[in-house]
Amino acid sequence: MSGARAARPAHAAWILAGLALVLVLAKPLLPAGLVRPPDWLVLPFAGWINAVFDFLRDDLGLIHVTRAFAGAVEAALDTTANLLYGRSRWPHLGPIPWVVVAATMAMAGYALRGWRLAALTGGTFVWIAVMGQWKWAMETLSVIAVATPVAVALGLALGIMGWRWPRFERLLNPVLNLAQSLPHFAYMIPVVVFVGVGPKSGAIVTIIFSVPPMIRMTMLGLRRVAPEIIEAGQMAGANRWQVMTRVRLPAARTEILIGVNQVIMQSLAMVVLASFIGMPGLGQKLLQLLQALKIGLSFEIGITIVLLAVALDRLSKAWALHQPAHAEAGAGRIARHRLLLVWLGLVLAGFLLARAVPYFHVVERSQALSIAGPIDAVMDMLLGVVRPLTDGLRWFLITRVLIPLRDAILWLPFVGVLLALAALGWRIGGARSALVCLGFILPIALSGWWDRAMITVYTVGTAVALALLIGLPLGIWAAGRETRAKAVLLACDTFQTFPSFIYLIPVVMLFGVNDVAVVAAVVVFAAVPLVRYTVEGLRNVPPETVEAAEMSGATRRQLLWSVRLPLALPTLMVGLNQSVMFALFMVIIAAFIGTQDLGQEMQRALSATDVGKGLVLGLAVAFMGLMVDHLLMRWSAARRAVLQG
Amino acid sequence: MTQRDAVIDCRNVWKVFGPRPDQMPALLARNPSAEELRAAGCVAAVRDVSLTIPRGEMLVVMGLSGSGKSTLVRCMSRLLDISAGQVAVEGQDIGTLTETQLIELRRRRMGMVFQSFGLLPHRNVLENVAFPLEMRGQPRAARIARAREMLELVGLTGREAHFPRELSGGQQQRVGIARSLAIEPAIWFLDEPFSALDPLIRREMQDEFLRLKGTLDKTIVFITHDFDEALRLADRIAIMKDGAVEQCDTPDRIVMAPATPYVAKFTAQIDRARVVRLAALAVPAAGGVHGAALPGEAVLHDMARAILADPRPQIPVAAADGSLLGLLDRQAATDLILGDRP
Ligand SMILES: Nc1ncnc2c1ncn2[C@@H]1O[C@H](COP(=O)(O)OP(=O)(O)O)[C@@H](O)[C@H]1O
Ligand SMILES: [Mg+2]
Repeated sequence: MSGARAARPAHAAWILAGLALVLVLAKPLLPAGLVRPPDWLVLPFAGWINAVFDFLRDDLGLIHVTRAFAGAVEAALDTTANLLYGRSRWPHLGPIPWVVVAATMAMAGYALRGWRLAALTGGTFVWIAVMGQWKWAMETLSVIAVATPVAVALGLALGIMGWRWPRFERLLNPVLNLAQSLPHFAYMIPVVVFVGVGPKSGAIVTIIFSVPPMIRMTMLGLRRVAPEIIEAGQMAGANRWQVMTRVRLPAARTEILIGVNQVIMQSLAMVVLASFIGMPGLGQKLLQLLQALKIGLSFEIGITIVLLAVALDRLSKAWALHQPAHAEAGAGRIARHRLLLVWLGLVLAGFLLARAVPYFHVVERSQALSIAGPIDAVMDMLLGVVRPLTDGLRWFLITRVLIPLRDAILWLPFVGVLLALAALGWRIGGARSALVCLGFILPIALSGWWDRAMITVYTVGTAVALALLIGLPLGIWAAGRETRAKAVLLACDTFQTFPSFIYLIPVVMLFGVNDVAVVAAVVVFAAVPLVRYTVEGLRNVPPETVEAAEMSGATRRQLLWSVRLPLALPTLMVGLNQSVMFALFMVIIAAFIGTQDLGQEMQRALSATDVGKGLVLGLAVAFMGLMVDHLLMRWSAARRAVLQG
Repeated sequence: MTQRDAVIDCRNVWKVFGPRPDQMPALLARNPSAEELRAAGCVAAVRDVSLTIPRGEMLVVMGLSGSGKSTLVRCMSRLLDISAGQVAVEGQDIGTLTETQLIELRRRRMGMVFQSFGLLPHRNVLENVAFPLEMRGQPRAARIARAREMLELVGLTGREAHFPRELSGGQQQRVGIARSLAIEPAIWFLDEPFSALDPLIRREMQDEFLRLKGTLDKTIVFITHDFDEALRLADRIAIMKDGAVEQCDTPDRIVMAPATPYVAKFTAQIDRARVVRLAALAVPAAGGVHGAALPGEAVLHDMARAILADPRPQIPVAAADGSLLGLLDRQAATDLILGDRP
C-alpha cells in the first residue's frame, strides 16, 4: 500500500483498532451498557417478523396459495412414492422391482460415461436393496424426484428473467447471496408454518433450498453463449421465442446441466436434514440411529447416503459434460438405438425375474444383509485402542482450549468487538467495508442473541483454525507432485458431494456426543475446501515464475515461502472463505448433538415453529458468513490486482 | 444508377459502442471527434459511412482488424441498431421495420456467413444447414433434401451426422456457407468466409463463388483482409480505417488513384500489373488507328508478353464488342509491368 489515498484508511483503521483495544482493556470500568447491549436497545425483530408472517399468512391469504402448491406437490409425491416404494396411491402400479431400477441406473451410467460409472450407479442400488434399505432410500429419492424438476423449472424461469431484465438481476443477486448463506434450518421453519410437517414440507423446503444455484447457472450459461451463435439464429429469421428455445437455451446446455447437478446435490443434502421436520427416509433413520448411538447401523446408512451422493453427482456431471457425437455412417436403425433396446430388454428381464423370484422384487427386512455386527465389533476394538487417545484429546481440547477461549470471547465487551471489526473492515476495504461490517454485525447485537452468536463465532473460529492447521500442510504436500494433487483433488471433490450430515457419524463414533465432536465434525468439513484451494492455488502459480526463482538459486523452502505461497494466497483466501461458510452450516447442523450456540436455539425455534425467532437466528448466521465473505473477497481481489500489476 | 437499383444504401451511418446508447443521437448530432468520443467512454466502430450497393454487385470490404468491417455489415442486416444515419435495403429504411417485418426480410432475402462460424453446437451438420429453412416453416423432408444439396455444394457430403465440434475449422466454415446459401438469399453478407480454409480449398471455394455470383443475381458484401482474394472477386472495394470508409472504388482505381495516403500505403505492396486493366490505361485516341487491338478487359499482367513484344509506342485497346477504347502508352505500361513506380 502506498500513496496518500491508501495512507488515510490505514490511519483510520489503526485509530479504530486502538479504540477497540482500550475498550477491551478497560472492560472492568465500562458501564454495563457497553459490555452487552442494554435491554432498551434490543429490538424485537422476531416479533416483527412474526407479525409480517401472520399478515402474509392470514390477512393476505398466502396460506391458500401455499396450500394449493403443497397439494400439487403432494399429488406428485404420491405418484413417485407409489412407483418407487409401493405406497398405495394412484397409479397403483408400484413398487417397481429393485432390479429394474438398478438396471436402469446402470444403463444410464453406461450410456453417459462407460462401464465404471455403470458399476457405481448400478452397484449403489444393488447395495441399497440387498442391505434392506430400499424403502428408506426410495422415500428419500421420491422426494428428490419431485423436488429436482420443480427446482430446475423454477430456477430456469427465474434465471431467464434475471438474464432478460438486468434490473431484476440486481434485485435477485443480494437475495441469492443471502439465500445461499442461510443455514438449512432457517428454511424449514417458515415452511413448517405454511405447510406443516411431513414429506410434502420436506419436498418444498428442498425445492426452495436448491433453487439458487440453478438460477445462477442459468444466468451464467445464457450470458456465455457466443454472440455469433445468437446472430446466426437471428439471421436465419428466428423470432425471439425461437432464438430462446432453439438457439440460446440449447447452446447453454452445459452450464444449465451443471445447475441441475447442483440442484440434485443440494436436494440430497436438504432432504436428509429434512428429517428434522418429519421427512421419512434415510435422514430420519440416520438421525434416530445416531441419537441411539447405534454405530454399526448408522454406519450402514451412512455408506448408502455417500454412495447415493457420489452416484448421483457423477451421473449428473457425466450428463452435463456428455457431448453429442455422430453415429457411424451407414449404421442402421437398430445400431443407432442399441442402448435403448438393451435397456428395454433389461427392464423386461427384470420384471420377469421379479415375478418369478420375489427377492428380486422387494427384499424383505428378514432377508436383508447387515454388516452392523462386524462394524460394531471392529469399532469396539478400534475404540478400545484410540479411546485413551481421544479421551485425552477431548479433555485437553475442552479444558485447555475450548473453555478458556469461550470464556475469553464471552468476556469481551460488545462495543470493543464492533470497533475491532470496523477497524478490520477499514484496513481491508476502506470506510465502505467498515460500514458493511458494522451493517452485518450490529443487527446481531441488537437482536439480543449476542452471547449465542459469540459461542458460534468461537466454535467456528476454533474449528477453522484447526482446519487450517490440517488443511494447509496437506494441501502443500499434495501440490508437490502432479499425481498426488490429482488424487487429493478427486478426494476433495468426492468429500464435497457428501451431505453434511454424514460427517457427524465418525465424530460421534470417536468422541461421543459433546462439544469436541461438534468441533471435530466442523474441522473435517471445513478442511476440505481449504485443501482443495491450497492445491489449486499452488498448482496455478505460473511455471515461468517458479523457474525464474529457481534460476536465482532459491531453495525448495524459499520457493514455497517467498514465491509460491504468496502467489497462491488470493486463491487460498477463496478456500478460507468457503471453509468459514461450510463451518457455519455445519455448526448449526451439529446443534442436535449438543451445543449452546445459535444452532441450539434454532432447533428450539424449529420445534416450537417460531418463524420470527428462527429467521432472526438464521439471519444472524448468514450475516456473520456474509461479513467474512465480504472481507475475504475484498482482500483477495485487492491482492490479485496487486499481483497482476 | 437509379435509386430503385440500389439494394443497400447507407447514409451517414454511425455505430458507436458506449455506456449510454440512448444518448448517442444527441452526442453524434454535434459531430464529435474521435477524442471526444473516447473521453465519453465510447468507441466509434463505424463513423459516418455512406455507401450504395447496386443490385448484383459484389462489394469487398477491407481494412485492418478492428477497423469496423464486421460492425458495418451488422448494421446493414440490423443485427446492430445504428446510432445515427440511415440504412435502406431494397428501398426500405430497415431502422423503421417492425420485428416481424425484419424477421420476414431475413427469412426471405438475407444470408450471412460469420467470421467465427456461429454454428449451433447442439445440432448436427445437416440440422444446422436446415435451420433457416426450419425457421421459414418448410416441411421436414423438403428442408433435409435442400440441406443435403447445399452440403454437396460445399463438399461436405458424408459429414451430415457430425456435430460442429467434430469438424475442423475449415469444415465448420463450409457448414456456415452452406447454411447461409440454403435459402438462396438475394443479399449475402460474408464476414471473412474463407479465412479458416487452407489455400487449396480456398481457391476452389473462390471459383465456386465466382460461378455462383455469375449464375445467381446476388448482391454480395464480402469482408476479407486478403488483397488477392479481394482482387479476384470484387466489383468494388471499400477500404476502412478506424470505422470510416477511406475509399470505395473499382480495384484498378483503388490501386491507380488512391484517395488518401492511407489507401496508398495499404495498396503499396500490390503488384499493379495484376490489377490494372488495359482499359483503365487507354487514353482516347485523336486520329486514326491501325493494327491489331488488345482487349481492354484484360489486366496488364496477362497481356505483358504482347505489350513487350509490340513495336508500336502507342497500342490500340478495344472493348469486348470491338469498339476502340483508346491508345495504350507502351512505355507507361512497361513501367507498370516491371513494377516501377511512376
Ligand atoms: N459489442 C461491442 N461492444 C463494444 N465495442 C465493440 C463491439 N463490437 C465491436 N467493437 C469495437 O468496434 C471496433 C470494430 O470492431 P469490428 O467491427 O469487429 O472490426 P473488424 O471486423 O474490422 O475487425 C473495434 O474497436 C471493437 O473493439
Ligand atoms: Mg471482424
